[in-house]
Amino acid sequence: MILLWLVLVPFIGGLLCWQADRWGEKAPRWIALITMMLVLIMTLVLWLQGDYQLPAMNAGADSIRWAMEWKVPWIPRFGIDVHLALDGLSLVLIALTGFLGMLAVLCSWKEIDDRIGFFHLNLLFILGGVVGVFLAIDLFLFFFFWEMMLVPMYFLIALWGHSGSEGKTRIRAAIKFFIYTQASGLLMLVAILALVFAHHANTGEYSFSYADLLQTPLSENMAMVLMLGFFIAFAVKLPVVPLHGWLPDAHAQAPTAGSVDLAGILLKTAAYGMLRFALPLFPEASQTFAPIAMTLGLVGVFYGAVLACGQRDIKRLIAYTSISHMGFVLIGIYSGSELALQGVVVLMVAHAFSAAGLFIMSGQLFERLNTRDLQEMGGLWGRMGSLPGFSLCFVAASLGMPGTANFVGEFMVLFGTFPTAPVVVIIGACGMVFAAIYSLILMQRVYFGPSLNDQKFEGLDGREFTMLLGIFALVVLFGLYPQPLLDTTSAVMGEVQGLFQGSLPAGSVPMSSLAGGGQ
Amino acid sequence: MGVSMSYLPLTFLLPLLGTFILALSRGHMSERGSVWVGVSSVGLAALVTAFITIQFMSGDQSAQTLTLWTWISVGNFTPTIGLALDGLSITMLGIITGVGFLIHLFAAWYMRGEEGITRFFAYMNLFVFSMVLLVLGDNLMLLFLGWEGVGICSYLLIGYYYRDSANGAAAFKAFLITRIGDVFLAIGLFLIFAELGTLNIAAILEQAPAHWATGDSLVRWAALMFLGGALGKSAQLPLHTWLADAMAGPTPVSALIHAATMVTAGVYLIARMHGIFDLAPDVLHLVGVIGAATLLMAGFAALAQTDIKRILAYSTMSQIGYMFLALGVGAYDSAIFHLMTHAFFKALLFLSAGAVIVSCHHEQDMRKLGGLWRRLPLAYMGFIVGGAALSALPLVTAGFYSKDDILWQSLAADQKGLLLAGLVGALLTSLYTVRLIIGTFHGEMKSDHARNAEPGRGLQHGLPLILLAVLSTFIGAMIHPPLSGVLPASPGESTEAGHTALELIAAGTAIAGIALAAWLFLRKREALARLVSGGPGASLWTLWNQAWGFDLLFDRLLVRPFRILVFILRRDIIDALFGLVASITKGLNAGLTRTQTGRVRTYATSMVLGATVVLIFLAFGQ
Repeated sequence: MILLWLVLVPFIGGLLCWQADRWGEKAPRWIALITMMLVLIMTLVLWLQGDYQLPAMNAGADSIRWAMEWKVPWIPRFGIDVHLALDGLSLVLIALTGFLGMLAVLCSWKEIDDRIGFFHLNLLFILGGVVGVFLAIDLFLFFFFWEMMLVPMYFLIALWGHSGSEGKTRIRAAIKFFIYTQASGLLMLVAILALVFAHHANTGEYSFSYADLLQTPLSENMAMVLMLGFFIAFAVKLPVVPLHGWLPDAHAQAPTAGSVDLAGILLKTAAYGMLRFALPLFPEASQTFAPIAMTLGLVGVFYGAVLACGQRDIKRLIAYTSISHMGFVLIGIYSGSELALQGVVVLMVAHAFSAAGLFIMSGQLFERLNTRDLQEMGGLWGRMGSLPGFSLCFVAASLGMPGTANFVGEFMVLFGTFPTAPVVVIIGACGMVFAAIYSLILMQRVYFGPSLNDQKFEGLDGREFTMLLGIFALVVLFGLYPQPLLDTTSAVMGEVQGLFQGSLPAGSVPMSSLAGGGQ
Repeated sequence: MGVSMSYLPLTFLLPLLGTFILALSRGHMSERGSVWVGVSSVGLAALVTAFITIQFMSGDQSAQTLTLWTWISVGNFTPTIGLALDGLSITMLGIITGVGFLIHLFAAWYMRGEEGITRFFAYMNLFVFSMVLLVLGDNLMLLFLGWEGVGICSYLLIGYYYRDSANGAAAFKAFLITRIGDVFLAIGLFLIFAELGTLNIAAILEQAPAHWATGDSLVRWAALMFLGGALGKSAQLPLHTWLADAMAGPTPVSALIHAATMVTAGVYLIARMHGIFDLAPDVLHLVGVIGAATLLMAGFAALAQTDIKRILAYSTMSQIGYMFLALGVGAYDSAIFHLMTHAFFKALLFLSAGAVIVSCHHEQDMRKLGGLWRRLPLAYMGFIVGGAALSALPLVTAGFYSKDDILWQSLAADQKGLLLAGLVGALLTSLYTVRLIIGTFHGEMKSDHARNAEPGRGLQHGLPLILLAVLSTFIGAMIHPPLSGVLPASPGESTEAGHTALELIAAGTAIAGIALAAWLFLRKREALARLVSGGPGASLWTLWNQAWGFDLLFDRLLVRPFRILVFILRRDIIDALFGLVASITKGLNAGLTRTQTGRVRTYATSMVLGATVVLIFLAFGQ
């Protein structure tokens, strides 16, 4: 039942915010903050109470063991249930949603002063949809939440966004975002329906249940086509180059809270989808597809990095760095090594923090300078209190400085992938140099160099300082002691890895097990 | 675990604490307070190190470890936050905290009155923290943490005077080029873990000989990757171009990071991973060859510089070249010995240069200095003692003992080519050192900055210079790093043939070089000036002044193509392609809209035409 509440709380909170508008402008903000805090607390309680180090399931369909489950029939005729379930992976990501939700509310505290109640309604509806995505294990319900996230995000960009550089309007960015994700969602719907019909053909029963569909026998080509349906939907959201076009526009034009949510959690729903659905439902096809996916990941790493170097708009720059980082996530997901998969989890969490930090930073810069254009900045160090110092910290995190969680994630992915795909890792490691280039360009253009004027700006107030310090403390904490995170997701990632490796043709032993024998 | 081990974490926690205090003061701390925190944290770390060293030396000097916690644990990937203390790390630790403390103390004088002194000491303390972790880490992941940490501190400190874009560019370049080396090191880590299943250094050294035969291609790759990392950090060919520009930072930074500690990390890395390099003899030989090439290249470049800090920078490159040469002939302990003496005398030279620079109102061009020896006696003393050690003046200087050892080892290893390079390098060293001292301290004062030089005063200024000067003499060479048992035996330990003869030759070279230089730069100054003012002499001067044109080469080969790529892609070509879909739809829309004319005649015509086409299809389609 608590799972249902996890989903419902943000929606209820959103409606309350909307109505609370009449009690003054502070009311919706506080309600939204408390709502997200509630979500975070509930997840932390679940984490403390539950045992997430369950033994990894074997490939058999009935033996899925969720840490917690809740199920009521919804449309029995088609075997559709409201079926929520929680395991280590979803728990981590929901906790992340709660935390970043709080940040999103906090960083809009001064930025948003128009239709405050409705803004928070949209914000909380996005977050509710995301929590739903992380919990739903009925494919129809998953699709429902997946689409549910889009509409409020569209409004967030369209109503509270900034107009972009180069004269692009926020409406245009919102529409682009909507069309990209909607079209790809449609592909996923088709793939889901085809899978359900295939299951029906086999068993004579309709079911959208994850557990039922997990072992659906499919012809090789069919599996590949359906897998691609899922993959493309997730690839748009991750995003994977060449399907990334919506992201820079959406980021640049979204309000800070929107960017924080977008980079922090919406992108992670895609990685989650791959780990939860694309890989386990179609292990053989995924295995065949893995080299292509890893290549796409590499392309993303470099394409994102090179484009980040060429941006004038600070938010576009950060958006392209996200594309670059997600390239590593994609490589890790398709590496089939448990170490790399665990690295993906750390990397997702780390990127959520560092990207959120960077977007909040650019929001604070915008509040002070009223521009996002890097050429109008420069020499700001020493004129903004501790904002430059924090920026340095988040830039260091984003370039994968050891001691930050980003380093742990990135290196686990690379360590894990090396035995199976050394060439990918060697090329990918060169991404470290590119990450240095765009990160330092950011620091250099904003804070160093000659200043355009001597104007002093307001330093950080208590709210801003606490927010940034909190994020950075977590980045360092998980950078030096990621074990609680790893323990929580180890069972799930073991399963994914088991399914993935289990589909290997007999005789081809992965190199990782050989290397293990060296000890 | 001995008593001393439990104190070991203090050596890096104290500097970290210093960073925390300075950073969290949010700029509200007074200059005095910042100096106190910044200097005393490293001073206390040095005291702890002294205490640990005494305990270590009085014990059996065996390696000890201390695991603080397991960093990551997934399957067999279990790097720890663990420290290892042995003769090598204790030597490095002594240099980092001891010399580091003296440089911090001097920095308190050098940086007085500067804006952002809190930030300066916060970075410096963070640097000491990272550097200590680098040498204490018992596994390669922790070493890598320190390795990257010193890199970012170096970046921040080179760009400390951030308002000048040139400093920013120098910092950027330094970080980027060392980062290229770091990629190699990272790949080396991946390879080692994939093969051996561990990152613990002791375990690697133990398992490697059983896992690989000598000359196995994988172990050669691993050694090459480590070498790549070392080249970047230690500014050796071809990843050396950043070091000369790195002099943009405050001079104590150059002394600490770009002379005494960070740039020698590559030497430490290779010595630490000696087991891997011993299995790859050809890569080890390459280390020596690169060292020899660098020491010659940098030696010539140092001859043609006019900025006193740039001369010292090229000299550092050249001296690290000697260390690489020593590593290359398998004389690991000679390399570490030279690392130590070099830390003493090069720190002395840089601090003396700093004294000159501050006294002369931030003038560091030799063409505008000169004749300072009366006005700045302490700095002059520093340059004389440090310069003598640098050019290895026989018997009385520390540099003589360490450099002589390296030359002897290369003879004992029968590497005549490397030995010759070392001897030529020694001659070059004497030449540029004497040129530097004469140009700065003798002759006439060439600018008002020099004429108005104000000598430094006070303990913070004098004590570091005097102590380092003492350490740069033969007294410093009496410190013998406790390396036996940690590093393999050197080639020179099994033979004595030709040792005395070589010592005489080396001593002769140094003295001859000094004499030649004195004659050239004191007596033949005009002739030299004429030589470089036109014809082939001028071309050679330009070539050396530009350090053989590597910057230009890299600019054309890498920087410009990258800029062009960024420029071409900046509007996101792939996204533009997707934009085509929208454009086509819009075009169709516009086209079809035009058919909606609103005139009945047109509609009727099109209906008739359409009906005719359909009928034709029906009729012939049967």
